[in-house]
Amino acid sequence: MTTRRGFIQKTIQGAAIAASGGMLWSYLVLQNARASPFALRPPGALADRDFSALCIKCGRCVEVCPYNTLKLAAVADGAPLGTPYFEPRQTPCYLCPDIPCKNACPTGALAPGLEDVMQSRMGLALIDTEHCLSWQGLRCEICYRVCPLRDKAITVEAQRRGRSKHAMFLPVVHSRDCTGCGICEQACPTQVAAIRVMPANLIQGKIGDHYRLGWIHVTPEPEAPEGPGTMDGPTGTASAPEAGPVPGMDFLNQQDY
Amino acid sequence: MKVLWSWRYLILRRVVQLGVLLLFFGTLHWGWSLFGQPLLSGNLSSSMVVGLVPLADPFAVLQMLLTGHLLQPEVLIGAGLILAFLVVVGGRAWCAWICPVNLVTDFAGFLHVRTWRKNLFGLPKSLRYWVLAMALVLTMVLGLPAFEWVSPIGAMHREIIYGFGLGWTALLGILLFDWLVVKHGWCGHLCPLGAFYSLLARKTAQLRVQFDRNTCNDCGDCGTVCPEPHVLNLRRLTRDGQVLSGDCTNCGRCIPVCPKDSLAFGWRHQKRGPSSQPL
Repeated sequence: MTTRRGFIQKTIQGAAIAASGGMLWSYLVLQNARASPFALRPPGALADRDFSALCIKCGRCVEVCPYNTLKLAAVADGAPLGTPYFEPRQTPCYLCPDIPCKNACPTGALAPGLEDVMQSRMGLALIDTEHCLSWQGLRCEICYRVCPLRDKAITVEAQRRGRSKHAMFLPVVHSRDCTGCGICEQACPTQVAAIRVMPANLIQGKIGDHYRLGWIHVTPEPEAPEGPGTMDGPTGTASAPEAGPVPGMDFLNQQDY
Repeated sequence: MKVLWSWRYLILRRVVQLGVLLLFFGTLHWGWSLFGQPLLSGNLSSSMVVGLVPLADPFAVLQMLLTGHLLQPEVLIGAGLILAFLVVVGGRAWCAWICPVNLVTDFAGFLHVRTWRKNLFGLPKSLRYWVLAMALVLTMVLGLPAFEWVSPIGAMHREIIYGFGLGWTALLGILLFDWLVVKHGWCGHLCPLGAFYSLLARKTAQLRVQFDRNTCNDCGDCGTVCPEPHVLNLRRLTRDGQVLSGDCTNCGRCIPVCPKDSLAFGWRHQKRGPSSQPL
């Protein structure tokens, strides 16, 4: 016979076990899922949080990878448990045009909408200019020459060296086009790669929308008036750009302020 | 020969369990194929048979849906196929016939009975349903599939198929727990996947162990070997003429040990109904 007191005690004990067990479980899940933010994912991988929710850990992307680039993380490997990742210094992603890994993904953790592998953003190459041979004034530029998007993702900028009459040819990465395939990292001849691929969100800054770089951001022309008789409309005056789609173009730019 | 025959279900289960892992392993490492397509790619979470039939773990898919994400049709179809199959043959048939952790826990159960026989504490059989509820709640709260991220089952088949990491330590933990702390602790009390399958097919499972009250001599040998002995409750067996509990894994251990052959696999609709003999 359960007494009321006994029932309440049991309920409280059960709730205590559930709460502590649930918290412990949550720690384990979050530790597993978030412990290695440096893992590089296959082409088309969704943003970290969505990828972690959708990857079913079946390894089929790993299985179809023709270069054995992808690995499936075991416990205590370099990536969250059971998920696919690659280490470009060992084997980079060779950007198969048919993207077999994405096609093998049954859940959509690798975005099924990715059509052009050059649009994938696995990471972003980052040059350690202190240890890059080219940046010391030596002729190297290997990363530039192996880059599948040469002259877009990596360009070479000529610069006076000063120490001698020779120029320096400096490789520079451009995030707009870099896929993060890591072919540059694998090819880098320094003892430890001086160009490395990292998840872009870990290394990339953000200026902020309120900065206007006048030499890049061209003030948009006011829209042409639509149809007859709208010359007096609010968009009709060329001298007063509207606060609108362009961030930062707010009241300070209006004429009557 | 007679001994082998009495072990028929055990041998068959091991052949199926190891065979499935071998098919995955052979497809990945030795390029096994059929009609030019990989024979069985993936693992027990999600797989593809001969490039045509997708299969997926319905519990994993349920968790992913609960994170609030939409899924591709392939994995939904795969989960549906597995669901349909298990709903018919008995949900927890997965546990006894496919799940690789069963190899570990059966061994631990064997060691427990032969060498130890001492439980440190008792756990309620219903605990796994609370663990299941917890898994689903945490999945929604965290936005991550809570069981998939800690599952020793996933760790085991992944690491057997794709290469070993430290996942075996979780299995060692289960082995020690089941052997020395609580008999059948993991499969019988904690595993939410087993609880999920148990709930799923308790009303629909068609393949069931049939019981003949007229020949039973009440020796209780079946209950001794059963990993879920509460499913062999004599009163309910007599009433139903078969094992109806969703917790039954269809492992078939009880059938050969019965000295009177009172137990046998059969279909649910063939049930003999209430026995003519009073209890």
